[in-house]
Formats: sequence, C-alpha cells, structure tokens
Amino acid sequence: MNTMKRRERVSDSNLLFAIAAVIFVLMYGFGILTHGHDFLQAQTFFDLFNLNAALIILTLGESIVMIGGSIDVAIGQVTGLVTVSCAVFLQSGTGSVGGAMLLALGIGIAFGLLQGFLVAYLKIQPFIITLAGMFLASGLMTTIHENPINVTMPDFLHLMNFQIVIPWLGTMNRNGRFIPLTINPATLVVLVLIIVLVILMNWSRFGRNLYAVGGNYQSALMLGINVKRTRFYSHVLCGLLSGIAGFVFIMTTGAGNVANAYGFNIKAIAGSIIGGTLLIGGVGNLIGSPFGALTLLTINELIRAAGINSDFQPIASGILLCIFIVLQNVVLRLRGTNSFKLALPGWLLPARRAR
Amino acid sequence: MARMKSRGSQLLLPLSVLVILIVINVIKGVNYFDISIINGALYGNIPNVLYGASELVILAIGMTLVTSASGSQDLSVGVAATMTSAVFVWVLLSAGGITWWTILAAFLVSCVVGIAIGSFNGALVATLNVQPIVATLIVFTVGRSIAFLIDGKLSPIMTSNLTYEIGNSIPGVPVATPIILTVIFVALFAVLLKTTNLKLYSQAVGINQRAARLNGINPVRIKLLAFMIMGVCTAVAGFIAVTKAGRHDSYNLLKNIEMDAILAVAIGGNSLYGGKFSITGTIIGAYTIEVLDRTLLRLDVPTQALNAFKAVFIIILMVIASPAVREFAGNGTNWVRARLGGAARIQTALGEEAVAVPKSDSSAKKEA
Repeated sequence: MNTMKRRERVSDSNLLFAIAAVIFVLMYGFGILTHGHDFLQAQTFFDLFNLNAALIILTLGESIVMIGGSIDVAIGQVTGLVTVSCAVFLQSGTGSVGGAMLLALGIGIAFGLLQGFLVAYLKIQPFIITLAGMFLASGLMTTIHENPINVTMPDFLHLMNFQIVIPWLGTMNRNGRFIPLTINPATLVVLVLIIVLVILMNWSRFGRNLYAVGGNYQSALMLGINVKRTRFYSHVLCGLLSGIAGFVFIMTTGAGNVANAYGFNIKAIAGSIIGGTLLIGGVGNLIGSPFGALTLLTINELIRAAGINSDFQPIASGILLCIFIVLQNVVLRLRGTNSFKLALPGWLLPARRAR
Repeated sequence: MARMKSRGSQLLLPLSVLVILIVINVIKGVNYFDISIINGALYGNIPNVLYGASELVILAIGMTLVTSASGSQDLSVGVAATMTSAVFVWVLLSAGGITWWTILAAFLVSCVVGIAIGSFNGALVATLNVQPIVATLIVFTVGRSIAFLIDGKLSPIMTSNLTYEIGNSIPGVPVATPIILTVIFVALFAVLLKTTNLKLYSQAVGINQRAARLNGINPVRIKLLAFMIMGVCTAVAGFIAVTKAGRHDSYNLLKNIEMDAILAVAIGGNSLYGGKFSITGTIIGAYTIEVLDRTLLRLDVPTQALNAFKAVFIIILMVIASPAVREFAGNGTNWVRARLGGAARIQTALGEEAVAVPKSDSSAKKEA
C-alpha cells in the first residue's frame, strides 16, 4: 500500500499518515514477535476497538478541529459530562435509551455551538475558549452528580451486553474450547464514523474548505470560502462527536463517573499528532488519526503484556511520543531541503525501518 | 505618546476586571480590606490573595516570556515544578540535617533540574521546530511518573522549622515568606528585563522570526533561553509550593496550574500568538485569577459548581475583550464622537472634498 504512494509526489498529509501506519504496524509486529500468542488473536486486536471506542472517536473529532487550524481541549470533560448526565437520566426512572442518546448528542452539539461561535465569529483564541469549556463541563459534571453512578436500567443493560458474534473468527483457549470473536456495537459505531468522516473530509465541499481554511486563513478568504462558517461547523462537528463518544463510553463501562474520560483531551491531541495531523492546521489525514490512537493503545497493551509496572507506563508512552514527534519533524525537514519531486530520499527508508 | 496609550489600553482589561471583582467583594461584605495581626503575622483577604497566588505569578511570568518568543504555550509547567520540587525534597532529605545551607544547595540542584527540563523543551521547539504545545506534551505525560519514582511514592514530609518558616512566615516578620520571595523574584526579573535586551529580542522573534534573523538575532538561542528561564521559574514555583504544603505529593502538587498560568497571560492582555508582552499585565492577571477563585468561595458558591462559575466568568471576559466586540465598540465610540463633534468634522470633510474636486476633474479630462 505504501510503496504505491511513494512513487508519485506524496502530500504532507499522506506522508505523515504513512509514517503513522508504518509505526503502528511495526508496533503490532513487535507485539506479535515478543508475545506471539496474545497478539495473534483477533480478539486482542478488536478489543482495542471494543474497549477504547470513545477515545478513537474523540481523536477523529480533535483531528477535524486541528485540520481547521483550531484546537479543542474540552472534549474529554464534555465526554465525562455526557456520561454522567446520561447515567442520571437513565437512573431517574423516566429515562429511556433513545432519550439518553438524544441527550448525549444534544450536550455535545450545545458545547460545539457555543465554542464554535465564540472561536469562529468572535475570533477569540480557541485554546482559552475551549479551556473555559473544559472548566464549564467539569463544573456541571460535579454539580449534577458527584459520586459514581451505576446504570441498572434493564433496557440499557440489554444494549450494553449486546454483542455481535463472528463464529468463523476466533481462537482456541487453553482447554481446547473454541471461543468465537465478539464485537461490541461501539466498534461498529467507530468503523461507520471513520468511513463517513473520511468521505466528508476528502470529497465534500466542507472538508476541502476546512483544509483550505486551516492551511492559510487569508488565502481561503480570498478564494471566497466562508471561513468563519467552515471553522464554526468544524467545532460543531467535534462537539457532536464528543457527544457520541460519551454515549459510547457509558455503553462500554455502564457507569457515570466524574473521572470518566479524564485526560482524554490530551490523549486525543497526542493521538492526532501521532496520526499525522499538524497543530498548525491544514495538514492531516483522518485515516491516520485512528492509527495514532491505536498506536498509543498498543503501547499500553505491550507494556501490560510485558508485565511492566504500571508506574512506568506513562514514561514509556512519553518516550515513544517524543520519538514520533522528532521523527515526523526530521522527515518533514529532510523533505523540505531536498528536491521537491522526490517524495522520500531512498536512503531514508532503511533508516526508518530500522527504528 | 502613542506607546503610552497602547500600554494603557492593554492594562485596562485586567485592571477593570480586578476592580469589578473587588467591588463585588466589597458589596458582599464591607470588611473585605480588614487586616488583623495575629501572633505578629498579617491576616486578612488581601494577604491571603498575595500568599495564595505566589506560585501562579512566578509561573505566569515565565509563561509570558515563552509565549512571546515561541508564539505558543508551555503545557508542562505544573508537572515540571512537581519534578523539580521532588528533586528538592530528595536532596534535602538525603543530605542529613535541614539547615539553611542544605536548603540552598537543594534549591540550586532543583534549579539545575528545572533548567535541564526547560532546555529539553526548548531544544525540541527551537532546533526541531516542534510546536511548543506538542513538545511540552512529552514532559506533561512523563513528569508525574518520574516525580513518583524520585520520591518513592511515599510523599515525604519535611519536619523542620526552617521549611515551615519558608512556606508560611518567619516569626517577627509580619509578611508571609512566599510573598517576600515572590516580590524578590519579580524585582529580579524586572531588573533582568530592564538591563538586558531580552524583552526586545524575544518580542522581535515572536513577531517575525525571519525578520529577527535578518537583523542579527538568533531565534534558536532566544527561544532556548526563554524555555530555560521558564525552567528556573518552575524550580522557584515548585520550591514555594512544596514548602507551603510541607510534604511532597506528586499527584496533586500544582495540579492544573498550567491552565491558570496561560489564562493569566491572556487576561493580562497579551497575545497568545507571541510578540509584544507586558509583565505587569500578566502579574495583575495572575492575582485576578486568585481573587476570582476566592471571590467565588466568598459568595458561597457550592464547591462542586466552582469550575462552572469560573468558566462563565472567563467566557464573558473573553467575549468583552474579543476583537469583534472591540471593533463594534470602537465603531460605537466613533459614532458618538462624530455626533458630538459633528460640526467641526463636517467642515474639515468639506474642505478635503474641495481640494479633491479639481483632481478628479483633471483625471476625468485625461481620460477623455
């Protein structure tokens, strides 16, 4: 797949995506080499999706905002707020699953509308506004319900325990019994969202406009693009995605908690960057973002499988983050200094593989 | 004249916010300014604000410099301060007795660690052109775990009168020690800015890096220097925070202070995209945040809802200060001015038109 892309002139977005994909494959290959039994199971791979669907959705949303040249640091807390409000709503006795879904989407869109309006139309610095959004969400969260709340509503539990069984993909366990592969609905949501958003960003007018706005605001304005509305929509879309992520989160864990999705904003930003989205805007590939998030998760999985003390987990992921960031910048810089037609100098390839 | 005016308008925002907050406090209770002396130390709302905001002021000053030179922010300040204070406590406790000399030595070691962290961030930003938020994300991810490793997860306690005196107050001196340390730090920083070209250079790099390079300023060196000074700021802030608390809690020490520091820079009227800055504005901004936090507590806002109220306040503040609303307000004042001094304006406008008419005539003739 990558060799085909290297032959022609590769855009920055695709190059960074290729780096992210290669890193993920290397990472997973390393896992197979060292802990072959665990990582060869299809269940291990799909559990990455099953258990971390919310983070992957948030990474998609963050990438969209970052491609538009903005940033959103509120998404983690908005997701937490959605889980807490959905849990309270479902436990109140009058709630229904459909109503909770609408509530989740509504909260997400409300935050997106507010932040998008302030960022795009009033031109306030996005970092400050979304920081305020983060404070707002965490304050509302603790006001609504401070303690963890478990959802025991039968309809919801039915949905939560619903699993799609794929009988022909599975593994033998130690006793020789065949266990089929199971997929949560959350995984399906993630896959559908990836497809829809990739189509939206690559082939719709909004998507192309967003790349233009993120790349150069003034030029986009000169081209006659409605820059304010485009940026506004990107924030609304991100809000909507954090609403969906909140519902997916509560569908996975079944509890509303103030600590839910804590720190996901930083993880989503890191995932987007590893996936090849640049913070300056205009560069990024939406297929890369899930790869970025999966890379982060695979690191954790590797550390868990290796039995390393969990204290070292942040250190290991920080070091790998450092390596990726340096690698990205070195590759981009080398590319800038060489002739423009060369996608990648040939001698760089073995060096990159060696890493 | 023009420079004075622009500086005045920059300080207008933080000062007006501070005044509004103080007025709210005075309405809530007239005794806001009361200061009492208990055991020879000052007690009251104002000393409390000055005491509570000392770390924030120091970190916000460093953040202003980094923002000015690099055009983005340092996310790792709180975590870096946790690491430097962990080193401080470790050196202090392993040195044997706690005396002034060991405290000084431990503080210097923690300063070196702070400078090392700052140079790591600065090297990524300056030489590799990584976005500062991304570069500092690394230390942000790693830092608290390393602090845990240094203090051995035990959250060591410093049982000594000396550290207590540094963190609270020295008997016989009415002002709390962190306030004095903050004042000394601010004075030193002011001297640094007045006697060197640092401010001019970092502003030049922040406004236009390429132009600064052509004028003989090395942007790499200036950015690196800004991050190293930030490292010293984190070491001082960590020192004050850990002596205040008396024990080193790697998990909660200075948690989320990086957000407040960035906010202080923004409230101080500085652009978060780099360039010109005003340290005075930042300092007022930092104290404003502390006053805001304490005002909300004083107004009996439930502790769960504190963050939400703070957010609403920040949003209102940023909307008032936003370019779009400013432009709108500027148009409004122009309209009012035009109405007030209407007659004089119209006359000058007529005069200009009278001059312009022959020109347009001649051009029309040429075309014909």
